[in-house]
Amino acid sequence: MSENQNIPILEMRDVTVAAMRDATFTVVEGVNWSVAAGEFWVVAGQEFSGKSDLLMLAAGLMSPAAGSLKLFGNDTENFGEAELAERLRVGFVFQGGQLFNQLTIAENVALPLRYKNNLTGAEAARSVANLLELLELTPLADVTPANVAANWRQRAALARALILQPEILLLDNPLAGLGARHGQWCLRFLDQLCRGHDQLGGQPMTLVVTADDLRPWQNARRQFALLHEKKLLPLGGWNEVERCDHPVVKELLAVPIETTI
Amino acid sequence: MRGNLAKAFVLTNTPVFRRAPLPKSYTDFLGRKLFLFLLTIQGLGAFALITLGVILKKNDVAKNVIQPRIRQEIARAGVALLPMFFFVALGLGFLVVGQTVSALAKVGAISYLGSTMVIVVVRELGPLLAALLVLARVGTAHVIELGTARALGEVEALEALGIDPVHYLIVPRVIGMALGIFSLTVYLIIGALVSGYLFAFLQDVALTPGDYFKQIVESLGWLDFALLALKTISFGFFIAIVTCYHGLAQPLRLEDVSRVAVRAVTQGVIVCVLIDALFIVLYLIS
Repeated sequence: MSENQNIPILEMRDVTVAAMRDATFTVVEGVNWSVAAGEFWVVAGQEFSGKSDLLMLAAGLMSPAAGSLKLFGNDTENFGEAELAERLRVGFVFQGGQLFNQLTIAENVALPLRYKNNLTGAEAARSVANLLELLELTPLADVTPANVAANWRQRAALARALILQPEILLLDNPLAGLGARHGQWCLRFLDQLCRGHDQLGGQPMTLVVTADDLRPWQNARRQFALLHEKKLLPLGGWNEVERCDHPVVKELLAVPIETTI
Repeated sequence: MRGNLAKAFVLTNTPVFRRAPLPKSYTDFLGRKLFLFLLTIQGLGAFALITLGVILKKNDVAKNVIQPRIRQEIARAGVALLPMFFFVALGLGFLVVGQTVSALAKVGAISYLGSTMVIVVVRELGPLLAALLVLARVGTAHVIELGTARALGEVEALEALGIDPVHYLIVPRVIGMALGIFSLTVYLIIGALVSGYLFAFLQDVALTPGDYFKQIVESLGWLDFALLALKTISFGFFIAIVTCYHGLAQPLRLEDVSRVAVRAVTQGVIVCVLIDALFIVLYLIS
């Protein structure tokens, strides 16, 4: 294995994370965490535990309030325009998609590719069409996000992040609000990405997702961590999660209350 | 890129002023208002400089994405407003120019017609009216679009995808509005002068079209053309800066958008009047 392959893709040392909306408010502190190439991490936590802020910081969209963040071995402290190409090796999917409402689904997916490579719509069309086909979005290509169900908006956001072929993909609560069928599809697709999707070059992709329910993520190959009371606690694999006595982990594993009408 | 917006954000979000307790006296109230005014000026100035910097620095970046957006904005702030400006030009001609021509003819001062028209229509009413109309029609839309995009997290999404929000969202709007107001002002002035003569003609004013336009042309100097271009482009640039600043450069919630739109339009009008005053001084000096 070469030296580069041993460098963690994502490395945090004593990182303090401030809230995106209020930089004076600390949401997570003392984070020591590294993600190696090909790993699939699930960061679980209750609502408002700071999962989204941690993930945005991991993507290089925010600077740590304290500590150091390295992406691909490079310190992000002075990340600017010149390091943009480096940062675009990280893909990010927001909870709810955050698609651009003025553009169609196809235009949303095409935009990052067109902007990065200075392409016309026609030049980007083939790559976009392939990706839309892969994510079963072709029938919705010319529809604006407001006229598409949330399930499909989430897929479109995934397509938009994948168009730049990132090496690590960060997904903020990707199963939130998805129906059972779309949730299953998403889990299968993410597993395929982690192993290396044939139609996306076959390269294994590193994945980090956040979740407020651990049950759908049951898989022996995934790594788990818990965000609780401003701390990130690595839990290990699924077996360790099941054995964990932490009350919040138990809560995140609990079966939801059945409702009857 | 991340720094561009961040610089503008911190300026008007200084917690000391935004979170100050309610004023206990008129002096506190006035002092606080003054500080907020100065912070807004500082924020607008910084935002204008950042935008200028991006226009110059990223001239060659993603042309195939930005140029169609600029054309789209020119169409929105220019071409799409032509029917409205046709109507306004007719109104301005009938109400102001026609009456002025008629009044000057009655008192035998028709020889002052050219200079009067140039001062009233070319230097003052034309540019100011065009700017205020574009502010109302397009500037308001800018605040609402950008404010909604900001509130829905689209700006963060742009940054995550490596797209500079100032380059993608602001630069096309600034260029489009500057060129739009310039073109519409020329159109408005020509329309007003022609329709004004028609109105005067209907009132049997003894003035041939040749004499009327000859007087106007003779009253126009190169400085009028230069300052007209500079003034209208300044109107467009600063209206776009004010409206985009309020829509984009501050974290917003959806319920804030309407309030911010009102504030942006008010400040836009103030900026237009200030620029107009500045150009009056320039005319007087020159």
